[in-house]
Amino acid sequence: MKRWLLLSLMLFCAAAGAQDAAPDALVRTVTDDVLAAMRADKDIQKGSSGKTVALVENKVLPYFNFDRMTALAVGRDWNKATPQQKKQLANLFQNLLVRTYSNALSSYRDQTVRYKPFSMKPGDTDALVRTEVVKPGGRPIQLDYSLEKSGPGSAWKVYDVVVSGVSLVTNYRDTFAQEVRKGGIDGLIQSLADKNKTLEKGQK
Amino acid sequence: MKAHVRYRFGRALILALAALLAPVPAWAQEQAPGDIPETGQDPLEGFNRAMFAVHEGIDLALLKPAAQGYEAVVPLPARVGISNFYDNLWEISRSGNAFLQGKGQKGLTSLGRLLVNSTVGIFGLFDVAGKMGLEEGDEDFDQTLAVWGVPGGPYIFLPLIGPSTMRGLAGWSLDQAAYPLWAQVNDHPALRNGLVVLNVVKMRAALLPADQVIEDAAFDKYTYIRSAYLQRRAAQIRD
Repeated sequence: MKRWLLLSLMLFCAAAGAQDAAPDALVRTVTDDVLAAMRADKDIQKGSSGKTVALVENKVLPYFNFDRMTALAVGRDWNKATPQQKKQLANLFQNLLVRTYSNALSSYRDQTVRYKPFSMKPGDTDALVRTEVVKPGGRPIQLDYSLEKSGPGSAWKVYDVVVSGVSLVTNYRDTFAQEVRKGGIDGLIQSLADKNKTLEKGQK
Repeated sequence: MKAHVRYRFGRALILALAALLAPVPAWAQEQAPGDIPETGQDPLEGFNRAMFAVHEGIDLALLKPAAQGYEAVVPLPARVGISNFYDNLWEISRSGNAFLQGKGQKGLTSLGRLLVNSTVGIFGLFDVAGKMGLEEGDEDFDQTLAVWGVPGGPYIFLPLIGPSTMRGLAGWSLDQAAYPLWAQVNDHPALRNGLVVLNVVKMRAALLPADQVIEDAAFDKYTYIRSAYLQRRAAQIRD
């Protein structure tokens, strides 16, 4: 009886932990998971982009909030888009980021990640997890993740990645605004689709 | 003779700086002091894009192949040593600039790094201080000018120098003037040119991994690099 109680208590804690992981623990788990998977897979080490993309889709994607990322990257023009256009934009932007990120992963293969001290107040819904990527022979690269909790019951999700002070989302803002000025929201959708097509071709 | 050359160089530099800074044009007055132009604000875009195209041409024909050759020929430990040697000599102006910005702790860290790496690290070839936990800083004259309230001015892209601002160019000139290696080898043109070329090649080599990422990520490379540069400088100035 005692043993059963202990077991159920352990199970309960484990389940609660996975569902409500703190932002820093989440980033650490996902990073370690991805690095371990890359080190274990010979095809990925040889540069198989299909497998890297699959890895990113399975292990990284679920922890990102792409709707929020897209809204931030499109900026002021976001309100001009119809719900249908918003959905298209988020899908295309997600594809672009997955492909870019997968390629970046394979070129930064022999890296190690250091986690910086993290602090958060209970009840916070926005958090910054700071890490450092160390490459042999290079100076460390600051890699920070902005995470957000959209409601009391929901999980933490990443909505921006900041590399050496450069926000991925903000960096796209200028480009996206430029595309919208040229051809409206549909113009932006078109150029995102074109960009993805070129990337896909290059990776096959 | 040596002093004369240096004096002339110094005077030319001051004149160039004065020309850059003296007349405060309209764009500067509109900005809050210390501000970098907001991303997207690029009054010299036409000129910049032309210069960017020139730079890309030089890079494709010369810089990138040289950097790739350097990576292929020189083994990693030697590349690390070379990079550390150049970096170590930057600690002097990093430390000075940290003090000028009132960052005492950072200034002392840079000085400590210089002392440890120049001695135990054998002329800076080994980053012993880094292993002791003294982290490398990145303070420079552009950041100091920004902290003192000099506005960034328009974004400007020049071949070989890369992305900058008006203030960034002034800061860059001061950085180069304060870099002790250049003054030491001023009277040995062959050695000086060799060291300058090696410096450019090793800097370009450090950027090689980013090439593919930018190629993949950017719709418009010019805009992408401009946003990244302005964001990065703003972050460095804020810290």
